[in-house]
Amino acid sequence: MKVMAQMSMVMNLDKCIGCHTCSVTCKQAWTNRTGVEYVWFNNVETRPGVGYPRTYEDQEKWRGGWTLNKRGRLKLRDGGRFKKLSRIFSNPKLPEIHDYYEPWTYDYDMLLNSPSGEHTPVATPKSLLTGKDMKIGWSANWDDNLGGSLETMDQDPLLAKMSEEVKAEYEKAFMFYLPRICEHCLNPSCVASCPSGAMYKRAEDGIVLVDQDACRGWRMCVSGCPYKKVYFNHRTGKAEKCTFCYPRIEVGLPTVCAETCVGRLRYLGLVLYDADAVAAAASVEDEHDLLDAQRGVLLDPHDPAVIEAARAGGIPEDWIESAQASPIWKLIRDYEIALPLHPEYRTMPMVWYIPPLSPVVDVVTNTGNDGEDADNLFAAIDKLRIPIGYLAELFSAGDPAPVDLSLRKLAAMRSYMRGVSMSDHRDESITEAVGMSGPQMEEMYRLLAIAKYEERYVIPPAHAEQAHDLEEMGCSLDFEGGPGMGGAGPFGSSSGESVPVAVENFHSLKNRQTSDRPSSPGRVNLLNWDGNGTPEGLFPPEDGK
Amino acid sequence: MSDRPNHTQPATDGPLADSLLAMGKFLRRGETSEDLRAMFLSGGRTGDVFYRDRWSHDKVVRSTHGVNCTGSCSWKVYVKDGIITWETQQTDYPSVGPDSPEYEPRGCPRGAAFSWYTYSPTRVRFPYIRDVLADLYRTAKKEHPDPVDAWASIVEDPSKAKRYKKARGKGGLIRTTWDEALEISTAAQVYSVKKYGPDRIAGFSPIPAMSMVSHGAGSRYMNLIGGTMLSFYDWYADLPVASPQVFGDQTDVPESADWWNSQYLIMWGSNVPVTRTPDTHFMAEARYKGTKVVTVSPDYTDNTKFADEWVALQPGTDAALGLSMGHVILKEHYVDKRTKPFEDYMRSYTDSPFLVEIDTATGTLVPGKFLTAEDLGLSAEDNADFKPALLDISGTARVPRGTLGHRYSEKDKGQWNLDLGDITPALSVMDLENWDGAAAEISLPRFDLTPEPGQEHAGGSGVVQRGVPVVQLAGKTLTTVFDLMLAQYGVGREPLPGQWPADFMDASTPGTPGWQEEHTGVPPEQAIRIAREFADTAEKSGGRSMILMGAGTNHWFHSDTIYRTFLALTMMTGCQGVNGGGWAHYVGQEKVRPLTGYQQYASAGDWNRPPRHTIGTAFWYLSTDQWRYDGLPANQLASPLAKGQFDGRTTADCLVDSIKRGWMPDYPTFNRNPLDLVDEAEATGKDPVQHVVDSLKDKTLAYACEDPDSPENFPRVALIWRANILGSSGKGNEYFLKHLLGTDASVRAPEAAEGHRPVDMVWHDEAPEGKLDLLATADFRMTSTTLFSDLVFPAATWYEKYDLSSTDMHPFINSFNPAIAPPWQTKTDFELFGQMAKRFGQYAAKHLGKRKDMVATPLQHDTPDAMATVKGQVASGAPLVPGLTMAKLKVVERDYPNLYAQWSTLGPLTEKLGMVTKGINYQVAPEIETLKHVNGVSSTGAVLLDTDKKACEMILAFSGTSNGRLATAGFRQLEEHTGQKMAFLSEEHEGSRISFHDVQVQPRSVITSPEWSGSEHGGRRYTAFAINVEHLKPFHTLTGRMHFYLDHDWMLELGENLPIYRPPLDMHRLFNDAKLGTTSMHESGNAEVAVRYLTPHSKWSIHSEYQDNLFMLSLSRGGPTIWMSPQDAEKIGVRDNEWIESYNRNGVVVARAIVSHRMPEGTVYMYHAKDRTVDVPLAETSGKRGGIHNSLTRILMKPSHLIGGYGQLAWAFNYLGPTGNQRDEVTTIRRRNQEVQYR
Repeated sequence: MKVMAQMSMVMNLDKCIGCHTCSVTCKQAWTNRTGVEYVWFNNVETRPGVGYPRTYEDQEKWRGGWTLNKRGRLKLRDGGRFKKLSRIFSNPKLPEIHDYYEPWTYDYDMLLNSPSGEHTPVATPKSLLTGKDMKIGWSANWDDNLGGSLETMDQDPLLAKMSEEVKAEYEKAFMFYLPRICEHCLNPSCVASCPSGAMYKRAEDGIVLVDQDACRGWRMCVSGCPYKKVYFNHRTGKAEKCTFCYPRIEVGLPTVCAETCVGRLRYLGLVLYDADAVAAAASVEDEHDLLDAQRGVLLDPHDPAVIEAARAGGIPEDWIESAQASPIWKLIRDYEIALPLHPEYRTMPMVWYIPPLSPVVDVVTNTGNDGEDADNLFAAIDKLRIPIGYLAELFSAGDPAPVDLSLRKLAAMRSYMRGVSMSDHRDESITEAVGMSGPQMEEMYRLLAIAKYEERYVIPPAHAEQAHDLEEMGCSLDFEGGPGMGGAGPFGSSSGESVPVAVENFHSLKNRQTSDRPSSPGRVNLLNWDGNGTPEGLFPPEDGK
Repeated sequence: MSDRPNHTQPATDGPLADSLLAMGKFLRRGETSEDLRAMFLSGGRTGDVFYRDRWSHDKVVRSTHGVNCTGSCSWKVYVKDGIITWETQQTDYPSVGPDSPEYEPRGCPRGAAFSWYTYSPTRVRFPYIRDVLADLYRTAKKEHPDPVDAWASIVEDPSKAKRYKKARGKGGLIRTTWDEALEISTAAQVYSVKKYGPDRIAGFSPIPAMSMVSHGAGSRYMNLIGGTMLSFYDWYADLPVASPQVFGDQTDVPESADWWNSQYLIMWGSNVPVTRTPDTHFMAEARYKGTKVVTVSPDYTDNTKFADEWVALQPGTDAALGLSMGHVILKEHYVDKRTKPFEDYMRSYTDSPFLVEIDTATGTLVPGKFLTAEDLGLSAEDNADFKPALLDISGTARVPRGTLGHRYSEKDKGQWNLDLGDITPALSVMDLENWDGAAAEISLPRFDLTPEPGQEHAGGSGVVQRGVPVVQLAGKTLTTVFDLMLAQYGVGREPLPGQWPADFMDASTPGTPGWQEEHTGVPPEQAIRIAREFADTAEKSGGRSMILMGAGTNHWFHSDTIYRTFLALTMMTGCQGVNGGGWAHYVGQEKVRPLTGYQQYASAGDWNRPPRHTIGTAFWYLSTDQWRYDGLPANQLASPLAKGQFDGRTTADCLVDSIKRGWMPDYPTFNRNPLDLVDEAEATGKDPVQHVVDSLKDKTLAYACEDPDSPENFPRVALIWRANILGSSGKGNEYFLKHLLGTDASVRAPEAAEGHRPVDMVWHDEAPEGKLDLLATADFRMTSTTLFSDLVFPAATWYEKYDLSSTDMHPFINSFNPAIAPPWQTKTDFELFGQMAKRFGQYAAKHLGKRKDMVATPLQHDTPDAMATVKGQVASGAPLVPGLTMAKLKVVERDYPNLYAQWSTLGPLTEKLGMVTKGINYQVAPEIETLKHVNGVSSTGAVLLDTDKKACEMILAFSGTSNGRLATAGFRQLEEHTGQKMAFLSEEHEGSRISFHDVQVQPRSVITSPEWSGSEHGGRRYTAFAINVEHLKPFHTLTGRMHFYLDHDWMLELGENLPIYRPPLDMHRLFNDAKLGTTSMHESGNAEVAVRYLTPHSKWSIHSEYQDNLFMLSLSRGGPTIWMSPQDAEKIGVRDNEWIESYNRNGVVVARAIVSHRMPEGTVYMYHAKDRTVDVPLAETSGKRGGIHNSLTRILMKPSHLIGGYGQLAWAFNYLGPTGNQRDEVTTIRRRNQEVQYR
């Protein structure tokens, strides 16, 4: 047993309102700059829908994640590194910009600067890639709220997998939202795909990062990630991805996406896991067993043996306590209502989800006939609009049982709590039907419904004595072609002219901030401005200038 | 480790890969996993520093967004190198308590994207003027050095005036200086005041709660010069007129944390994840404590995702469903079984036991007027005409306490309360111990019929006969409101005669679940189930059933009737005034929690009273000449049982009638300068008021509304700030452009033909174009309004100023603080109006001096004016008596040269007269003393209000919600008035004050205050009317109770004395628009379909705000769109994302189609306020820029909104007035040429 700590997230989809606040605050903080206009570390998808990038879940097409070889061993689905090396300069499994979307802006300044004319001034769309006029045909969230469903819904890879037929019909309409960030997997296929060794998983908290200095821009991580949560910065030529907001996590602050989530559906906390058990768990043959296998990798933070091994492995005491108070452990293991996203990718993802309830389909005959239902007000799980099969394709490799149980627990909680809140009546037959005690149900209710800030986010701060590890240790100019010439990986010497982001950060800002104005040189496109420096035209001149 | 399980094998796929990775292992400082799959790294993270560096910032400043979403969310604004970088939500709200979810975090994607505006290319950085006007003015200045004279030389020259007006909206804005912009704008005002009168200057700025000082600074300026402030709540159609009708209150609703307390929650036309984003979690979380959630919506909405049931009904038919649910509840809880708590509630808090006379005047028996003390011969009582009576169970008529008559009688002091004493009111005449079985078969109108062939022009109305039990008393045949309700809802009882349904499924007669299905499409089983569950939950939980309602049901022409069916449900189940229960109306509602201080500041009530506040809808209706196209005969709306009061009149005539009777305000009021009117009177030594009355009598003076197209009655200057009237709220947008502005427009409707025109208004054959001389707007971004403005002032954003914010969604007061100083040449609204006041004073010294102004104000709510109309009988030919049969008239002094001194200091009237809010007078002498120390004093010893922060301090010091002493003093007054104990509600905070510094530190919880009807006492959640229900404080209505029944003449004429279902207006019948659902062939060869055109609130904007924001555009479709069903798309052969044109009589819109199966056939959505600024091509239909969502709408007046001077039907600003409804429109859509042109 090698005990390691992992920062993880659970999102309660049943509470997600699809508002995209998480996407915007994340983008504002991290990716409103040139080269990553199209990049949303955090995005929200309407399901059913095609996702972002389009159809990313179709691994027949994109070939991300792991699969098992004939010997039952894990192999990257898109072939091993050897295969990848053979086509390192052309990677056909890489999404193109149009699979994400072509970012654009508008000639807004025409609103102010139009000369007298015949018509009311208007700002027209301009491509941020070419600077030319464009008709907008896809966006970061094109099929929001089932928009364009007739054109796109049949491309949802999950619908294709389902045995049940789902039609785009008003009477049977259903939808829910799926916010996504990097999964910070225990078994990350992006890390394994990287020929430069530039991707790594942080030892203390499991956050998966791209070393901006070491990245050579091969983009094997992009194709290797089945969730398509590693992106290519087309300006720096480096891969970038969700950082789990480590500069915040390190000081005990929640990630931006979590803290700004107005649905209050995100939970952050540590889990302890056995690093030695990961490979075996990811290699179980039957995809339906992957969920249990992954649950099994997580270690009970209250188990004395685990605590001892954790101490031996150098995990600080307050981290162990945090793991014990972790909402993640409770939701995944104690209540077993949170499920992983696409366990069949075998990456052991660490952002888990509570599946959503939905309204009933048949309003005429519905009388509410769930066994657990005290007041007969709530519908049976199998009468809900969202087909269980669809959720199962997302969260349990197509096995309906875990989703069914999770939804049953939510429904039972509602029935049981209605008794409590209407008449202080506690009918434990309801909770027993889903294998829970009354007090346990009330605990779960508090975590899901009342969900105080301190209970949603249990984050141990980074240890001050480790601070030196977190600082920039190498020379920031120590990059390919720069002073020192260090940092090259096996393929680094030929990997292009890009500069490390950290260096670019200091030297290249002024150019970049004024470079994407399609109609008005001298004005700054804020979507591309990263908050550093003072490009011309962005700020009022100081007095006397 | 040695205990590694033996099944762990290197899990990669081959020796080559292993060796490669192993090489990486040595090249890196990290540690690889044993199986070489994963690399762990600790330390040496050179490459990570980028993100750490990016996250770094210098400071975090608290501010909020002054946008009209009522969110009032506190935000952290990050600043680096003096530059605003981004924002995230604050999470430090005071706790709601241990067993409830908290208010953190509050915010939404729109707010999170706000900082984009700060430095965006659409930011207005400098003052702008249109080149044509600049040329004209600069030339004129050479000849006329005096700015006022220069302005006169332009506007008095028709060709010059036409030149610059015609150029409006067509580009050509050039930079100017603050000096010139102020010069022109104030010269235009001084000129207009002098020549036409101060009421020819209009100010428009909505929703004070979203930034009180920014609003108040301008409003104060307007009210000091005698200008007109336009209302917005009614104009936006967000005012639920049913609220004053039923509750006698504008709108008072629970805070969102109270949704959590509900056990049954119906979201009816209110898509909260989109429109109340920060609050939605309370709904989502309430489900976990067992609250059942139902949504009622035509489309599969965002909130339907959370629902247990989705009621998919036909748009605009909500009242039919509401009525049928009431039918179920009345039948099951009042007839089949008698649910005691419900009955007790109805007796105590509603008008249901009150007696109504059966009117036999026309030979048909119809419900008439309330029986009053006067009718009972109790003339000795004060205000006997305004004391409605009921029957005690013993059969004796009694006048209970708490009526309107008690409220304004000195003799009845201590009697204005809901304590029934020894009275046990009989809900039904049938309940009387001595009822003799007498019944009357009354006639009730219905409007739901399909018209007979050949009778389509008359609409589908009819009559049903139903019996009510009656008693004879005081020579009258009487029944109770409750009995009328049972008749109206079709709930039969033996042995009453009439047409009654056999059962719930019986569709043959109105009221049943079976009947509603024909209109709504909702299965009767579902209607029955929801009604039953709603009532049963209310019964078991003591009233914790809630209806959360919004724009989807409130923006209809007949929304007052729709809402009354909803409110009836909450009243008959005892839910109003209960935490977790009752109505929860959320659309455009605002709550300036520190109300009294804000009102004093914004109305300039410290200097002069009354202010000129008017009803926005009527102002725009007249000034944009939409009335010329209307011609809607008022009797088309009338009941088949009407007595003909509306015959021969249009709805425009009803407006004129209402204004002349003093029911509603209107400015310009007279066709003369109100300054001159006083001068004239004084010159002849006459009382100015008498002079006006005499002049009206001898017709030397007329009302401006009788001839709005005559130049002396034009509004001349409009100042707009914090608003986008032309890109957002302006119903009938194209009419604005044409008549008010005089520029190009796409109006397609013909004017009303002769014989269909208003009879009480002067018709000019040539409609004026370009009535307005100056449109000046302050904004930080470019909108339609700035595009069409003559002058644009660059405004500071919400991250660049001090201000206050509050909302009814939460109980806190919030602050704005500058993260940076206003950049470039931008200024705060406060600064703008301060400078304008200085400049105005300069020019006024020469042109105006000190003047006296004749101000006409209507009969006002919460004053004895509400007793102007006995029994709501509309008499004709009554003598003109100001304050009774016409507006009140008052002379107000205007010290124009000292405008700035007044604007920037506290005037003497606050101390002298106190401040009156909802009938309670607040005296603030101690607070004024304190403020002298906090704010400093002027040379004359007055409290300084010369900075925004000082204005904030004044607002907080003068309001009960932020000053416990005032709240408690107010309650003590109320105790004297009602004889009920209430002061304890705020005594716990008597020594507490919330200062501006306090709200800079953290949002602060307000103090319970008589300014509002709910209570936060003891840390409870706010819910409306808790004080009324718990402490027996009467509602501000005729009976002092909540009203099912309205007996004003006009309500009877409209057939709306009881809750009723009226279908959406038939635009085909009334205005010859395309017939809903029809398809045809356009000349282009493209098929067209006529569909219901709805404009719900958008996910990607807050009105037009944020719709231009690049983040929001990137997350949506990047421009204007119309959502439609696959069926409708197929009819016109359009595919997703193809360009379409949508048009009707009012104008044209170009947009892209979003085709989705979540839309019902026959209805399209163009989400609200898609401004014409972003990605809007030229229209094929007009050759002009495709319009905004309001290019397809037009103002329609409903007479029931115009009633005043009677009980709760009395005007107050933003309280009551005609709504700018827009939901009833129909549009024709076709696929257009896909090669769009922009220029």
